[in-house]
Amino acid sequence: MDILLKDVEYRYQANTPFERLAITDVTIDIPAGTYMALIGHTGSGKSTVLQHLNALLKPTSGTVKIGDREIIANRKEKNLKSIRQKVGIVFQFPEHQLFEETVEKDICFGPMNFGVSEAVSKERAKACIQQVGLTEDILQKSPFELSGGQMRRVAIAGVLAMEPSVLVLDEPTAGLDPRGRKEIMDMFYNLHKERNLSTVLVTHSMEDASQYADQILVMHRGQVLKRGTAEEIFSEPKDLIELGLDVPEVVRFQLKFENTFQTKFKKICLTTEQITDEVAAFLKGRDS
Amino acid sequence: MMEKMIFGRYVPAESVIHRMDPRSKLLIVFLFVCVVFIANNFWTYTLLAIYTFGMVGFSTISPRFLYAGLKPVLWLVIFTLILHVFFTKEGELILDLGLIKIYEEGLRQGIFISLRFFLLILMTSLLTLTTTPIEITDGLENLLNPLKKIKFPVHELALMMSISLRFIPTLMQETDKIMKAQIARGVEFSSGPIKERVQAVVPLLIPLFISSFKRAEELAIAMEARGYRGGEGRTKYRQLSWTSRDTVMIIVLALMSVLLFLLRD
Repeated sequence: MDILLKDVEYRYQANTPFERLAITDVTIDIPAGTYMALIGHTGSGKSTVLQHLNALLKPTSGTVKIGDREIIANRKEKNLKSIRQKVGIVFQFPEHQLFEETVEKDICFGPMNFGVSEAVSKERAKACIQQVGLTEDILQKSPFELSGGQMRRVAIAGVLAMEPSVLVLDEPTAGLDPRGRKEIMDMFYNLHKERNLSTVLVTHSMEDASQYADQILVMHRGQVLKRGTAEEIFSEPKDLIELGLDVPEVVRFQLKFENTFQTKFKKICLTTEQITDEVAAFLKGRDS
Repeated sequence: MMEKMIFGRYVPAESVIHRMDPRSKLLIVFLFVCVVFIANNFWTYTLLAIYTFGMVGFSTISPRFLYAGLKPVLWLVIFTLILHVFFTKEGELILDLGLIKIYEEGLRQGIFISLRFFLLILMTSLLTLTTTPIEITDGLENLLNPLKKIKFPVHELALMMSISLRFIPTLMQETDKIMKAQIARGVEFSSGPIKERVQAVVPLLIPLFISSFKRAEELAIAMEARGYRGGEGRTKYRQLSWTSRDTVMIIVLALMSVLLFLLRD
């Protein structure tokens, strides 16, 4: 399912003394099957953009097209439920949304709201709980006796069980330990590959953005500043650093290396393998 | 979703009202609440209304914003009006529609009581709109100080108040966040049959309760870790200062009360 934001502007608390412009002139297209990362400083408007993707926020001007449904500013919208089923959002700290007596009921909550039968929902719960790396025996436990990391996974399973065709992730790994982080990010990536699931990832981690996303979008002060592949975005690391953003560790290493040895590699390296090759080649060239 | 709520909200500005001492503002609101009940005819209510709108004017808070924020309460005011108009059967009959009979006294009572209600709401909102929560509690603690003599826990009360006021916006944000998360999971809060809408409150309230308890515990631990041990011997960082402005404001209100007494039937 394609999503298209066109000239979107959003003001929080419009027409009050607290009015605040959050995003302006935002035009983004997310064709089906894209993995897009949204990076930017805190307060750059990433989360606001994200909430437009399933009509949780309606633009104060401009249009949002989700599949064949169009959401236009200043028009009353009805029946947004079908959009919400198709675009699943994993919010920051999703474990806060758990409320049911058992994990199974909580995972079934989403699909059953969209009219999926109880039996089918339970099947999905079983599949999803394994997908997020937990075991079936957890299904009958109360979500509140689990550890923080397990709760996070259960909440994610609850969104996956809705079987959305677009998955929107708002810093899904914030506050997790490094291993849990990698497991969850890998899981999302596999889903994206296997089911051709469009994925939109809001993140502060440049490593995640460069490793997983095929498109990166840089937001700054409520506007889209840049868009491109990881190579394109990180090939001008100085721009990003000026914006107060980080670059992946590998890129940082490359910059330092180039600086110390007064050299310049042919291209920007994004993985450890690439950089080791480059460094090895450089050292060999110097020896001979 | 919760954006339009104005109760307990502070609008920063540099007006006369904003700069008043919280104690005088609290006293004025308290006195006003009593004085409102003196009014009982056209002139006294006009005087009250002029006073209240005068205060709103001095506060430099935009009337449009006030109106938008008080809209939900206006319904309650209108409801009071209707109740009185239809159910007070005194004085002359002015309208007879068979089943519905409107009497003179009913109309008079209805207008006066709903106006009284409205002015009260306006004055109390003005207090919270122009005074930071922390000022209000400081002022209250100071005003209630004499009660310490009879072992009334003034400091604890003030602390409880400031903590609850402090967490209103946090709770609002959290409500908004969880609401959005549940809407994304297919809950409908604002449409659909009543029964479903009532049920929709459960996935909202349970997470809110849980996080509130957790937060309370964390706050208690954080306070203890920083050596909090009650109000005994605690000094104040923010000092209150009573100026001539405050005295004048109190005198104005007192004068108005005298006038009200003279004008009432």
